[in-house]
Amino acid sequence: MLEIKNLHARVADEGTEILKGVDLTVKDGEVAAIMGPNGSGKSTLSYILAGRDDYEVTEGDILYNGESILEMDPAERAASGVFLAFQYPLEIPGVATMTFLKTAMNAQRKARGEAELMTPEFMRRVKASAAELKIDAEMLKRPLNVGFSGGEKKRAEILQMALLEPKLCVMDETDSGLDIDALKIVADGVNALRGPERSFLVITHYQRLLDYIVPDTVHVLYKGRIIKSGDKDLALQLENEGYGQIIGEAA
Amino acid sequence: MSVTELRPRTPAETALVSLAEATGSGEDARRAAIEALRREGLPHRRIEAWHYTDLRNLMGRRLGKDQAIEALAAKEAGEAETVLSPLVAGSTVVDLDAPERASAPEGATIVAGDELADWHESPNHLDRPVDTVRLVNAAFGARAATLAVAAKTELAAPIELRSGIGAQSHSAVRVSVGDGSKATFVERVEGGGSPAPSSAVSHLSIGDGAEVLWVIDQTKGEAAAHLGQLNVSVGADATFKLFLLNAGGQLVRQEVHAVTRGEGSEIVMRGVNLLEKDQHVDVTTTLRHTHPNTTATETFRNVLMGGHGVFQGMIKVAREAQKTDAKMACNTLLLSEDGDFSAKPELEIFADDVQCGHGATAGEINQDHLFYLMSRGIPAAQAKALLVKAFVDEMVEELEIDEALGEALTAKIDAWLEKSH
Ligand SMILES: Nc1ncnc2c1ncn2[C@@H]1O[C@H](COP(=O)(O)OP(=O)(O)OP(=O)(O)O)[C@@H](O)[C@H]1O
Ligand SMILES: [Mg+2]
Repeated sequence: MLEIKNLHARVADEGTEILKGVDLTVKDGEVAAIMGPNGSGKSTLSYILAGRDDYEVTEGDILYNGESILEMDPAERAASGVFLAFQYPLEIPGVATMTFLKTAMNAQRKARGEAELMTPEFMRRVKASAAELKIDAEMLKRPLNVGFSGGEKKRAEILQMALLEPKLCVMDETDSGLDIDALKIVADGVNALRGPERSFLVITHYQRLLDYIVPDTVHVLYKGRIIKSGDKDLALQLENEGYGQIIGEAA
Repeated sequence: MSVTELRPRTPAETALVSLAEATGSGEDARRAAIEALRREGLPHRRIEAWHYTDLRNLMGRRLGKDQAIEALAAKEAGEAETVLSPLVAGSTVVDLDAPERASAPEGATIVAGDELADWHESPNHLDRPVDTVRLVNAAFGARAATLAVAAKTELAAPIELRSGIGAQSHSAVRVSVGDGSKATFVERVEGGGSPAPSSAVSHLSIGDGAEVLWVIDQTKGEAAAHLGQLNVSVGADATFKLFLLNAGGQLVRQEVHAVTRGEGSEIVMRGVNLLEKDQHVDVTTTLRHTHPNTTATETFRNVLMGGHGVFQGMIKVAREAQKTDAKMACNTLLLSEDGDFSAKPELEIFADDVQCGHGATAGEINQDHLFYLMSRGIPAAQAKALLVKAFVDEMVEELEIDEALGEALTAKIDAWLEKSH
């Protein structure tokens, strides 16, 4: 599904290098967790996967289903199945949530040569997914994310993910800001989407999320590199010991 | 003899005066206005109210040397009247060129009149001792019809005022809305253009406790020039809502001058200016708070693909107008390096217990917003269009007006956005 090879990237306008040789492979159907101290480059990696042009890739490559996506813009990547659930979802005043959802779904369908979704079918899908995620339909009448609480925004991201049916789901700290019940709802939503053809890159600081979304692999990103990989037990070890030991070993 | 009398006329000024003389009827009644136009000429950038819209210079480019007056006048006569359907179905349409033919809706009366706009003083204290828009309007012989809505009457549908249709029309109207009544007026400013400007001067008097929505829908042709002025007095506990759309014209100045006439009045002004290459569009407003406990919010959003936009907004709060709450904002989205926008918000406050503020911003599309939309698969052009539309549609939404009218206005905005992308 995803092969990140020796990825180096820097901030485009000032040149600070943030990713310093990331190597990571995620197989079809795999759930990979990425952990790491604040500022290690996790969000940066997720943005680069989504195609944000504030960052410049200086070395290495990102292969998605065997093909480099570095030349694709964010919309093309999304249409090919890459989805990023933002750590901080943006509020966009004036853009109605429903209009946005429909535009996004149909833009992706169009890019893939599929027929446009008609309004009744679209409404049916939104209602069904919103109900599963316990999202109040009234909320969807508002402009995109405007006035949503922190947790509501995170749920809205997962709603988008469910509706857009991506193949590679990058989730950046989706758990932060969620209350305990919401965490479970969101995790159930994610687990329902798990399947042999869909992979997840789950960025998190806490074992709690991984209790619900049990990862196949766990990777530690530190100062722009993966310094350790393992299975779900690695997350438990980090939970108990912190990063000190692993950072020490890697140095 | 004053200095202005000695100044030689520019070709444009001479042409405008000759055109006024050659146009319309009632030569005697408008003689004084024509003479004043000849004497005062057109304002230029050293007149503060016209600093960003140097009319003398801008008209000079339109009515350049040796414009054949016959040709200008003939063009006007030859211009066929555009057939328009009303902005909102079911509206009562009043043609201000022939008010005697209009039939008023129940609860309202329309009477043709022969009064010319009073140009002897300007509602804008930064202007000259004569008022330019009214002066042009009077010199070209626009006679004000009177439209009255009785007290305690709610008009079922908007009254649509057709003004400025045809190349060079000049119209005037005096509207009064009785105490406790509710009415919507839509001023349509459409039609092709000749080098000389069309003009429209409206006076609106809103009774105590009444609610009026006034829409100016300006979508003149790309060669047209237009000078518009709306004067409003807002009664006690009355509400005045304005929506101003500028989506056409090559040279446009629209003035709105509002004054409170009692306590508790509320003014809500929203506007959208959409500009392309070679357009010059100026919105100049003055709000005078002269009574305690009045509120005003005024926001203009501008989208520039090019051209030059101007916003001058003045809020004046008199000494006795305590507890005035007035906010003004002007936000510009620059979509091309060719466009520029001059914003000049001003507050002049003499009362000490007030809340007033203003802000002006100008910028490009928010890149973070653009990335977010694109990351959901919306292609760049479509995502940009969505953000631009959101930026201006908010102005319609904030007015909280009748759905059909709101949709009609958004459709107008959409039409422009589609055409210019
Ligand atoms: N656009 C930028 N300009 C300057 N510095 C940046 C930019 N983006 C990221 N950085 C820096 O790069 C480093 C990595 O940031 P990033 O947000 O990727 O960390 P993170 O691992 O997601 O941290 P957290 O766990 O706190 O979310 C930080 O030091 C950050 O300040
Ligand atoms: Mg982060």
